[in-house]
Formats: sequence, structure tokens, C-alpha cells
Amino acid sequence: MTVEANNLVKTFGAGADVAAVGGVSFSAPEGKVTALLGPSGSGKSTLLRMIAGLEEPDSGTIGIAGKDVTRVPVKQREVGFVFQSYALFRHMTVRDNIAFGMEIRKAPKSKIDARVAELLALIQLEGYENRFPAQLSGGQRQRIALARALATEPKVLLLDEPFGALDAQVRVELREWLVEFHEKTRVTTLLVTHDQEEALELSQHVVLLNSGLVAQAGAPHELYDHPASPFVASFLGGANVLRSRAQDGREVSTFVRPHDVRLAKPSTNSSDLELGTVDRLARIGGNIKLTVTLPNGEPMSVQLTKVELDKLGITLGDRVAVDVTSSKVFVDDYAI
Amino acid sequence: MSGIIASRQRTAGRRQSDVAAEAPWVRAVLIGTAASFLGVAVLLPLSIVFASAFSKGIGPFWEALSQPETQSAIWLTLLTASIAVPLNAVFGVAAAWLVSRYDFWGKSALVTLIDLPFSVSPVISGLIFVLLFGAQGFWGQWLSDHDIKVIFAVPGIVIATTFVTFPLVAREVLAVMQAQSSDEEEAALTMGASGLQILTRITLPKVRWGLIYGVILCNARAMGEFGAVSVVSGHIRGQTNTLPLHVEILYNEYNFVGAFAVAALLASLALVTLLVKKSVELNAALKQRRLARRAERDRSSLAPASLRRGAALSAAAPHISS
Repeated sequence: MTVEANNLVKTFGAGADVAAVGGVSFSAPEGKVTALLGPSGSGKSTLLRMIAGLEEPDSGTIGIAGKDVTRVPVKQREVGFVFQSYALFRHMTVRDNIAFGMEIRKAPKSKIDARVAELLALIQLEGYENRFPAQLSGGQRQRIALARALATEPKVLLLDEPFGALDAQVRVELREWLVEFHEKTRVTTLLVTHDQEEALELSQHVVLLNSGLVAQAGAPHELYDHPASPFVASFLGGANVLRSRAQDGREVSTFVRPHDVRLAKPSTNSSDLELGTVDRLARIGGNIKLTVTLPNGEPMSVQLTKVELDKLGITLGDRVAVDVTSSKVFVDDYAI
Repeated sequence: MSGIIASRQRTAGRRQSDVAAEAPWVRAVLIGTAASFLGVAVLLPLSIVFASAFSKGIGPFWEALSQPETQSAIWLTLLTASIAVPLNAVFGVAAAWLVSRYDFWGKSALVTLIDLPFSVSPVISGLIFVLLFGAQGFWGQWLSDHDIKVIFAVPGIVIATTFVTFPLVAREVLAVMQAQSSDEEEAALTMGASGLQILTRITLPKVRWGLIYGVILCNARAMGEFGAVSVVSGHIRGQTNTLPLHVEILYNEYNFVGAFAVAALLASLALVTLLVKKSVELNAALKQRRLARRAERDRSSLAPASLRRGAALSAAAPHISS
């Protein structure tokens, strides 16, 4: 069931001149995870809420499975929504939480019980039927919220910053779990996140948003390798920006990924122009993050593996030769 | 609700008392001041009420209470409360829901209006209804044409009481609703629930302690209201006298035992109300603590297994370990 957004516009507050969503179109492919990625305030959550029907767009249309649902009320859209806060019903047990949507639809009790058991098995929380949300850890609540959203077999699963409230370790584990989970269920999923790593790992399609507009959409590696604008290049993966001026006076920005920088011990014939000084060196497990100050005084972030560093034998304060293996050049925001 | 918060603060206070507490003599002075003030202003008058009621023994006390006029006052008070409290519960929940969930023009004016009965003197409130429903009042002619009596009759007493006690439920429920986000309601909405289903299955259970607390306070005030009721009642014995009005009449007739006997009954009703309120709070606090304890226990027995890398994905699902 594809989800189509056509020129969606949403402005909050009367007379506000800045639109939260300012004309967004995208298409989320069936059976895939699509990430709506962007910094806070980029309109991604508003977009998701409009698709769910929790907000009404000022203009534009929304299609689910080929049907225009722009004016269809929430309860008839058949979407599953997982809130950042999980929004579990705190006065209900896990079983009643998951069963809620089915009870509303007046499903027979035997069917509900079977579906609850099936879902609890899917999220690996069998035996938790009679717990209350307050008795669960953050990660467990997250999975219950997911099961609850899927209980009525929605056409689309919408996740609003699903890992936002979890600590780093649980987040990484749940991420892997969600990949596996999606492979089992194959539900068309829209995921809102501000975490590029999350988007790159979980999704097959990324819609990158910036101040209410689509900056670029495509496969994760496409955006990473071929960013369409300096914003995309710097938001995805992070990059060093080297600024200069072309002969005609236009501004030229060169984006260099930290892992696209090669360092070497200076040889006798290397000129001063290519030499930098290692000013900072942080060991983060197997990854090494260095800051090399270039001759023009600008810092450059470099990422090496521990193996590479050991081979080079570089330490803090060393002079090193800097070479760039790959870069992306933009003139006045246009890629060349 | 406020009791739960207070008890939480108390435990927190105890924990840090070693380092952050005042000097012992400061504490003694503060506690002493509070206790003696309470004693003089609350406990002493209350005990005098009971002492005076029983000053001639239990016989005259019962006799005073079994007077038909007293009986009628008891029934009228109970009747008034049993109409005013449910009305205010319904209106209160509706108003709190409206104010906390929707944005609309004039919302702050509405919130101020909810508080109005508290800021106006009860006597003025009573007077408002006399001006509206009285013989010379706004609707007076129409009412007398249709032979409907409001002022100096039971309907007036009920209306005045409802008006004066209106903010109690609305305020309590509003505070609870505003403290909670509407995520749960939105979640229910995406699952296909209708507005009524969301209200009864999600919102009301969420705010139930605030609602119960508000109802208890509302009930206490409804039974004890004097000023507004006094203006609209007309003090017709055996017909439009509520308990507080009856106390005044008996007292003015120098029937001290009778006055204090009825006052003692009224005070007992208030005390019972407070006891119910206390036990509601205690219940809520106990439930919270039980939940927290159980959660703690579960977490310590499940924690490492539940989501260890790989463990969550393996066929051997994380179960409740022994």
C-alpha cells in the first residue's frame, strides 16, 4: 500500500508566514520502510500526523493504496500510529492495550485473544498480558506500542520518533530488532526521525526534509553518495566544509567526509601546503576521530580505524600529510 | 491528588533531612506554631460543638435530631447534594475537557467564568437568583403565570447550591487533564475509537482520581452551603430549611442543645467526607507504590535477559526468569 503525499501545505496559527510544511510531495513504496528525516522543526512530524489524519492539511492531497484519503477521518484511514511517548493506556493491561482497537471493531473475544497472543509472540513479550505499562521498561513499552498499532492490521504503520525516549544502547538494539520485525511483517512503514543513522539503517527510502520542504528523496546510499545540496551533504554523515571563491566571485563549498581523508607521514618532498597538525585525537572503540588543523588554520575532522592509526603511528601534535580521496563541490548551492 | 503529591514531598523531605533540615529549635517553633494555631482555630471550636451537643446527655441530643423539622432539614440537605453534585460532575468534566483539549476564541474568558462562583460572595450569588426568579424578578411574571415556584422553594435551593459549588469538580478535573497530554486520546482515535468511546474508556479512567476528589469536595460544600441558600430559601420550617439554616434558627431561639446537635451532625458529615477523601488518596498512593514496587521487582528479575543483543532476536524469547 503506497502512501502518496501531493503538495501538502500546513501552517500553524492564524497569519503565520512560515509554513510547518510548505508544499511536500513524496511517495512511500509499498512494503518498505520510508524514513522522513530532518532536523527538528523541519515539518516531519506534522507530515506524519497529516498522513494519520491527526492534522488537516491546508492544501494538497494524501493517498493511501491509491485512494484519496485527504478528507477521510482518522478512524477510517486504517493506519497504525506509534507515538514518541508510546501513549500506552496506563490504566489498562498489556492485553487490553493491544486488544483495544479490535474491541472497538467488535471482534469476537476468541479472535482477539488469538491475535494478542500472536502479536506478543511477534514482539517476544509472551507472558506479559497482565502487566500494566508502568511495570515495563522503555524498550518493552515501545514494542507493546508497536504491537498495539499493528493489532487491527493497518494498511500503513506510522512511527513518530519511535526510539526518541530510549537510552542509546536500547535504541541500537531495538533498531536491529525493528529491521528484523519489518522483514517478518512487511507492512508499509513511515518512520519519522532526526537521527540520520537510524534512517540509514532502518529504511529503504529516505525523504530528507528541511524547513518544511523536501531537500532530497531517494535510496539512503544515493543521498549519501550523491547529495543534491550542501544541506544534504552536511546533514547526512557530516562533512568538512572547505569554503573558497571561484574566479568569477561565486562561493564554492567543498564537502569532504571524515572517512574520505587519508593521512600519511610527511615525506621529504611534500610541500607545506599539504601538511596539517594533529590537534585532537579521540579513540571511540575501534574508531579514531582526529582533528587536523590545516595550514590555513581551518580544522578538518578525520576518521580512521584503529588498525589504520596503528599502521600510521600518528600521535597528538604530529605533522601529517593530508590527502582527500573523494569530495563534493557546490557552487552557490548547486552541485557540480 | 494534592495529597499524593504532599506525601511524596514528605518522603523526599525525610530522606534529605540530615543535610538540608533546619536547626531543631527552628523546627520546634514552626511545628509548635502550626499545631497551636490549628488547635485554637479548628480543634477547639470543633470539640466545643460536640461538647455542647452532648452537654445535657445523649437523650436531648437524640430528641433534637428526631424533631420532624430537623428530619426534614436532613432530607432536604441530602436531596440538594444528590442533585447538585451529579450535575456539577457532568458539567465539570465537560468544561474541563473543552478547556484542556480545544483552542477556541474566548477560552480564557470561559476559564475565568468557571471561577466566578468562587470569587463572588455567596450572598450575592443568592441574590442573583432572587433577581432572576423572584416575584419581581426577570422571569418572575412568567414563572408565576405557570405556577412554578423557584425562590423560597426547593428548586431555588438546588440552583443556588449548584452555582456556588460549580468550580470544585471543574477545577480538579481541569488540573489533572492539563497535566496529561492527549497522546492516549489520539492513539485511541487512530485505533478507530469514537469520541464517546474515548471519553468513557480513556479520558475518564485517566482523570478518575481528580474527579472523585472534586466530587467529594463538591459534596462537602453542597451540604454546608449557608449564604446563597439562606437568601433563596425563605427559611420555611419543615420545607425549605437545610441543615446549616436550621442550625441558625435553633440558635436564635436559644435552643442551644438543638442547635449544637444539628451542628454536630453537620460536622460529622464533613468529617466523614474528609475521611472518605483521605482514604481515596491513601488508596491512590498505595496503588502507585504497589505498581512501582512490582515494576522494580520485574525489572530486576527480567532486566538483563529482555533485550540483550541477539537474545531478542533468537527463537528463545525472553521470558520471566525465575
